[in-house]
Amino acid sequence: MEVEREQAETGKSVMCVLTDPEGTTLGGTMYLPQNVGPLQLQQIVNTLLKNEEKLPYAFYISNQELLVPLGNYLEKNKVSMEKTLSIVYQPQAVFRIRPINRCSATIAGHTEAVLSVAFSPDGRQLASGSGDTTVRLWDLNTQTPMFTCTGHKNWVLCIAWSPDGKHLVSGSKSGELLCWDPQTGKPAGNPLTGHKKWITGISWEPAHLNAPCRRFVSASKDGDARIWDISLKKCVICLSGHTLAVTCVKWGGDGVIYTGSQDCTIKVWETSEGKLIRELKGHGHWVNSLALSTEYVLRTGAFDHTGKQYSSPEEMKKVALERYNKMKGNAPERLVSGSDDFTMFLWEPAVSKHHKFRMTGHQQLVNHVYFSPDGLWVASASFDKSVKLWNGATGEFVAAFRGHVGPVYQISWSADSRLLLSGSKDSTLKVWDIRTKKLKQDLPGHADEVFAVDWSPDGEKVASGGKDRVLKLWMG
Amino acid sequence: MLAGFLLPPSLPSKDQSFVAMPQGDYIELHRKRHGYRHDFFEKKRKKEARQVHERSAKAQKALGIKGKMIAKKNYAEKALMKKTLAMHEESSSRRKVDDEVQDGAIPAYLMDRENTTRAKVLSNTIKQKRKEKAGKWEVPIPKVRPVAEDEMFKVIRSGKRKTKQWKRMVTKCTFVGPGFTRKPPKYERFIRPSGLRFTKAHVTHPELKCTFNLDIIGVKKNPNGPMYTSLGVMTKGTIIEVNVSELGLVTPAGKVVWGKYAQVTNNPENDGCINAVLLV
Repeated sequence: MEVEREQAETGKSVMCVLTDPEGTTLGGTMYLPQNVGPLQLQQIVNTLLKNEEKLPYAFYISNQELLVPLGNYLEKNKVSMEKTLSIVYQPQAVFRIRPINRCSATIAGHTEAVLSVAFSPDGRQLASGSGDTTVRLWDLNTQTPMFTCTGHKNWVLCIAWSPDGKHLVSGSKSGELLCWDPQTGKPAGNPLTGHKKWITGISWEPAHLNAPCRRFVSASKDGDARIWDISLKKCVICLSGHTLAVTCVKWGGDGVIYTGSQDCTIKVWETSEGKLIRELKGHGHWVNSLALSTEYVLRTGAFDHTGKQYSSPEEMKKVALERYNKMKGNAPERLVSGSDDFTMFLWEPAVSKHHKFRMTGHQQLVNHVYFSPDGLWVASASFDKSVKLWNGATGEFVAAFRGHVGPVYQISWSADSRLLLSGSKDSTLKVWDIRTKKLKQDLPGHADEVFAVDWSPDGEKVASGGKDRVLKLWMG
Repeated sequence: MLAGFLLPPSLPSKDQSFVAMPQGDYIELHRKRHGYRHDFFEKKRKKEARQVHERSAKAQKALGIKGKMIAKKNYAEKALMKKTLAMHEESSSRRKVDDEVQDGAIPAYLMDRENTTRAKVLSNTIKQKRKEKAGKWEVPIPKVRPVAEDEMFKVIRSGKRKTKQWKRMVTKCTFVGPGFTRKPPKYERFIRPSGLRFTKAHVTHPELKCTFNLDIIGVKKNPNGPMYTSLGVMTKGTIIEVNVSELGLVTPAGKVVWGKYAQVTNNPENDGCINAVLLV
């Protein structure tokens, strides 16, 4: 008590209250000495929450991360000590991904540019689609080609794994979709026709809505999105409504489909009958890319960093549902759309058809937007050679990563949300650290533009492919 | 009267020879009353079948202009028949057009975007650098036919015995300034005849498309060489400076523009006048 009074008199303690990201306070207001840093705050939070394992947390005061002891922070920012300081704590991923710094293998095989690369949700398999009309499956242990899947008539533009890892679907420039069996590399049936122009995107139904995974939606330049059933091998519903090409499609966790199009609108569809629920207007030019706050969880389904395998679809569904609910929390699903009008919008489609926030700052079109796996950040890649980081909940700008000398094409997050990878036209990949907001590692090596990058969900490897026709695997 | 001259319907349309047309209906009456010959239909069928061979024999044997006319008609019919056959052959079910697989595969997010290929960009940057080094302007006529010296100058013999050949007379149009005074004739090396001196040029504004008669202020650059520039020779492609005060142009700062560059677009020595286009 005396010590406390002494501290209060000499002004060496600060009155703080800890709040969680949604605003509820944890414990009451307390006096903390000024030499308290993030580590000590972590201990306090762990004890207050009565966590059995010591989980890591990151702390933010008015949206700025607290990296130094409180005293230094106060001095730097000249925060008044009379008011209660509110410290927001954010849980961080328990596991830590090793940063990637070297190219472990350069695998040739494709005879034309590699257009898309995707890891399976459990991180064990890798597939790539290319301009030579083949889809190739690669063996990650030996880093050599495993299967070559021929059957497409034109460039393979998109590939997508089902969340249970059992099916691989690829879409081509001729408008056909082919399903493959990843274990044997053989096509699982005839090509699915229906689209009249090339396929721009494929998205599977989340595992927690339906297991085993059966349905997926494909978007095409002809302006429709079609829902296909892989066991019936036909198109179930056709979502038409867009007047120009549909550039991207995402199947949301609530069982709705979001489609972004060149007609500057985003349409929200319900999946049982294919009716339009909402139309989100606001963009001034083509919508290039969509990102959902729960996207990473939907993509990986029941698999997580522990690498556990599941035997039955029901089990997978249960685990996927748990993971989804944990990720989502109480907040509604958030959607970010990046457009050719150099801005992005943050929407809460379940709540309102007006955007929640407009994210401006890019000087060229935004090509790719991606939520971090924990939903805290949104990263955007733009043709103005920069990658910008935004707050995932409010949409406010946080940091810009500059370093690329050519338009940035695609980005990918590491599974722990601490590292961000970007691939660009200037043939390099760059790894950015989110904590320090600086470049972590530069990965040169490609001979030509990098078209596709992907980080495996187990965080071990990164795969990248581009115009130089080789697939590069990078490791830590 | 036209009805009588119709071709009988039984003849095939290919047979162009005219047959005598019955001017009444007596043939039909006879047929109604007495019927046809017993072999009428067979004979008719066989005769029509022979027409094909006869037609072909006629076409092969015919000589001269008649042969050419027959051949032309046959060719026209063949082309028409081929077209109708092709039309019928088109199936009503649409098959998807099999595009050939093209080179230069790009991912879906780059489709629909016109990207200049890198080679073009590189060559563009190199050209830009070269231009900057050379200090070239962007002009409507970038390249001109080079004018040789013997075309430009005529050798003037001088001296008592007319053996000295160091004088030259310019054979192209020139511009000399208003304060021009000749050098003493004994010493002047280049003679610019007054008949070929011009002070005004017909200058066209490229956007407004109207032509003005403007005074020349000076010759800025002759593409054939700096010597010609200093002499004031105006050939096709020469950049001249003209007085545009009558156009009433004003700079954004508010100052009046009175001189602008223009490029000569004709061969003035052939036409007797200087046509130029204003460089805006």
